[in-house]
Amino acid sequence: MAAIEAHELCRTYKTHTGTFRRRTKEVEAVRGVSFTIEPGELFGLLGPNGAGKTTTIKMLITLLIPTAGSARVLGLDVVKDAREVRKRIGYVFGGERGVYERLSGYDNLRYFAELYGVPPKLQKPRIEELLELVGLKGREHERAEGYSRGMKQRLHVARGLLHDPEVLFLDEPTIGLDPVGARELRSTIASLTAAGKTILLTTHYMFEADALCDRIAVISKGSIVAEGTPADLKRGVGQGSVLEVEVYGVDEETIEQVRRLGGVLAVSVEEREQAQVLVVQTQAEVELTSAILGHLNGGQVGRISQREPTLEDAYVALVTEE
Amino acid sequence: MSTLRLLGVGWYFQFKMILRSPFDGIGNVLYPLFFATTALFVFRAGQSPRTLVYASLGAAVMGMWSSVSTSAGSAMQRERWWGTLELLVAAPRHFSLVMLPATLGLATVGIYNLAATLLWGHFVFGIPLTITHPLLFALSVVGTVLAFGGLGLLFAVSFVRFRAAWVLGNFFEYPVWLVCGFLVPLALLPGWVRPISWVLAPTWGMSAIRESALGGTPLPDLLLCLGLGAAYVALGVLVTDRVLYDARGRGTLSLT
Ligand SMILES: Nc1ncnc2c1ncn2[C@@H]1O[C@H](COP(=O)(O)OP(=O)(O)O)[C@@H](O)[C@H]1O
Ligand SMILES: [Mg+2]
Repeated sequence: MAAIEAHELCRTYKTHTGTFRRRTKEVEAVRGVSFTIEPGELFGLLGPNGAGKTTTIKMLITLLIPTAGSARVLGLDVVKDAREVRKRIGYVFGGERGVYERLSGYDNLRYFAELYGVPPKLQKPRIEELLELVGLKGREHERAEGYSRGMKQRLHVARGLLHDPEVLFLDEPTIGLDPVGARELRSTIASLTAAGKTILLTTHYMFEADALCDRIAVISKGSIVAEGTPADLKRGVGQGSVLEVEVYGVDEETIEQVRRLGGVLAVSVEEREQAQVLVVQTQAEVELTSAILGHLNGGQVGRISQREPTLEDAYVALVTEE
Repeated sequence: MSTLRLLGVGWYFQFKMILRSPFDGIGNVLYPLFFATTALFVFRAGQSPRTLVYASLGAAVMGMWSSVSTSAGSAMQRERWWGTLELLVAAPRHFSLVMLPATLGLATVGIYNLAATLLWGHFVFGIPLTITHPLLFALSVVGTVLAFGGLGLLFAVSFVRFRAAWVLGNFFEYPVWLVCGFLVPLALLPGWVRPISWVLAPTWGMSAIRESALGGTPLPDLLLCLGLGAAYVALGVLVTDRVLYDARGRGTLSLT
């Protein structure tokens, strides 16, 4: 039996605008998402902001009812068997919310241990064990309002693990953490899979998905646009070539013109220290340097370089496709 | 057993948070004194001490009620704001068992209101602090707290469904003072108001508190208060499932 199965999940939100003449707008956040995650797998849902990652997760953890489609977690339907699903899953999201700031870290865990139905006798040792795991030992009796972002995030992870769930949902857990904190959290996540948990992780960092996940699904505008192991995804971009041109101010129109050149797969602009860099992915056999420079005519151009495509380029190409 | 434990633990932590909240704290400390002062000024002119005790008990329960009616809804809004509402809903225990301790916590603050009002009345206005049946009085106070918690649950549930429900709480704050006889005896109200008073537990809680303090038969009132409180809780529990299903359908559990 699969640990998580999503079948053609869809979710639209209705939003209202206007005070007197209320208009209803529909946002299609998730449009037919399907995937299967096997027990013990660490599966990554990778996509830019607004792609529909959180919405997908919230349907799987019974907080949102799908507008269409269905999903099962450990064989249980997320709508019909919601309560049974809740007993078996843990949910952790990134950011500073989701913590009772007026309570100590320890009290936060005690309260949720009770809510998650952890047997009274097991609560204390379990909380101690988790404080150790996430590295909050020694600070647990301070009020959470004084915790750093990283500490709150680690408290979150401990909370999500209280009832020793078989399946864990981690929604952008490293968001807003400093690099050291993020790395520590990633190693904690890696140790959880080693302990046999099934994990669905969402992130908008390519390298994070690459480093942690057994398989990745790339989601863009509510649909999955690619799926496979990190190696599969890399193979998909192996043949092309990437041209990077330093520019000092480039307008939308120029980018659009470059995008329309024959042989161009994707165009993006990255901000680096002093300059912007126009990153153009092309098919391997075409030579577009002079054509691109032609379009940049008039603007200042710095260094130009050509390189092999990386997984990051594959991802950018996938999520910027129209 | 585990349900009682959950209610107890939930109450403990919710109450701890209320005590640590500076904003609620100041309001809770000052409001009852304000109510008491107003009520006692109104009733002072040429009245017997008995009437003054009657009025100060009314002011005390007013404070209790205000704490519950205005805070039950905003407590849920706060959970939504903190991002904990979704975590509470995603927990396997029934959501009403999570909300009830929160509203009971708010009602418990009412015990402070009661004590503060009576002491204020005693030391500032010289009202005697004699309570005829101390044990029944204590029971009546506890019964009233429980019933208020149950009524708070109804507010909280409706708040999870309608974001504007805090208005509902504020809307109910003042009419209940009147309809439940906190300030004036029910006998003075028009006949058509009576049935409304009868189905509101605060009416019976108020009456039980007064009967036990001034001498009378508080037991029937207390039982009615508890019975109605239990009915509110039952209704709240029943409605919760419906409300949550609805909120999951509309996506209103989170802030966005
Ligand atoms: N409660 C909501 N009401 C209306 N629109 C929403 C709501 N939540 C999310 N959306 C919209 O749905 C889309 C997907 O959002 P989300 O699932 O949060 O994306 P992600 O987690 O990948 O950043 C976005 O366009 C977002 O604005
Ligand atoms: Mg998100």
